[in-house]
Amino acid sequence: MNGVDLRPLLLSFEVATLATILAAVIGITGAAILANFRFPGRDILDVLFTAPMVMPPTVLGYYVLVALGRNSVIGHAFEALTGSSIVFTLTGAVIAATIGAVPLVVKNVRAALEETDATLILAARTLGATRLRAFFSVQLPLATRGIVAALMLAFARAIGDFGVTLMVAGDIPGKTRTASLAIYSAIQGQREGEATTMVVVLTFLVLSLLYAVGKLTARRPR
Amino acid sequence: MRTLKVRLALATTSFALDVAFEVPPGVTVLFGPSGAGKSRTLGCIAGIVRPDRGLIALGDDVWFDDANKRELPIHQRRVAYVFQSLALFPHLTAADNVAYGVARSVLAADRRARAHDMLKRMRVGHLADRKPATFSGGEAQRVALARAFAMQPRVLLLDEPFSALDADVKRELLAEVGEWLAREAVPAILVTHLEEEAAALGDRVVLMDSGKVTREAAMDDPTLSLPKIRASSKG
Repeated sequence: MNGVDLRPLLLSFEVATLATILAAVIGITGAAILANFRFPGRDILDVLFTAPMVMPPTVLGYYVLVALGRNSVIGHAFEALTGSSIVFTLTGAVIAATIGAVPLVVKNVRAALEETDATLILAARTLGATRLRAFFSVQLPLATRGIVAALMLAFARAIGDFGVTLMVAGDIPGKTRTASLAIYSAIQGQREGEATTMVVVLTFLVLSLLYAVGKLTARRPR
Repeated sequence: MRTLKVRLALATTSFALDVAFEVPPGVTVLFGPSGAGKSRTLGCIAGIVRPDRGLIALGDDVWFDDANKRELPIHQRRVAYVFQSLALFPHLTAADNVAYGVARSVLAADRRARAHDMLKRMRVGHLADRKPATFSGGEAQRVALARAFAMQPRVLLLDEPFSALDADVKRELLAEVGEWLAREAVPAILVTHLEEEAAALGDRVVLMDSGKVTREAAMDDPTLSLPKIRASSKG
């Protein structure tokens, strides 16, 4: 083989970008609910959103296969509509990466939302804003830095997902073989040289993102 | 000319509030030491705090009535609440802060025009495009009042908004508020523990202590003497 195969890296970027968008929608909605509403089952919802951080990837992967596999209701409907299954496709890889990213979005966005001065939200309400308008015009914009930081973490997490991706999307070269999976198979096949580029790129990217997150969330003097 | 009727009871583990009073158009001063329940009372009127029992109504318009399970949500009460911290939105310009409270039924361009107009009237027109972080105390105060007036409130609540100002600025602003109230004739409540503020703006005074009303009187009642209260942060 001449030159390095960049397809796994490009695929990883594609998957992580889509997963971050998906995690943003799910995670910000979840964070908004947890931060602003008190209801029975709130703690359980919090646990469910957090679980993927500590749950074994194989267990998570198992659930996804059961819920979205070709024989599941959702998987079946998806296949009937689009002609392709969710599992063992790019869609599956995106969902796998999203699962690991959502807890990071929920936790960090929730903290950012809860940090906004409650008086400002009440002021918005007395000025005629519905809860929804107060959220979008005051609470959310004031949490921008925390949200951007959360999404960077989510991207960093998503681009490196291994376990759930392997379970749900497999390791199909050119289709679902992301950089993490390609590194694994290169090492297995004793082709260390092939792994090096991807290892360096992923390391540099994740460290840069973490550095940026640190800068963004550092306490500003008031 | 509608009167705000307030009767409410609210108990927490550490505090019990049980008050009834009326607020005709003009300024009623809620006067009392910190911990008397003044801010809590304002919160109930604005809809931020839910009383256990009671009735809050502006004229025939019932905002809260536990007996009939009525509760008008905060954003439908049109109560201008000037917080002690002012609560200007730090991410919005002065003009956007003021326009925020103008009814959404008004066209965006007209909302903006009204905001600029109100800022000019409060003599802070030059701040229109600037954000609150750059305002002086007095300037922030004027923008907060402009925001309260621009929403054309049905009731005005002032929660010690003048406490951090020096005497000259305070005198000017009290005059400004007095003028606006004379024009608009809405019921207004000023929470304060400072006699000079009460005297400058108040028509009537409701004395509060430990969650109860101890006396109601006209400000010019010769038998009225306001108790001396040491300055503190929160009512």
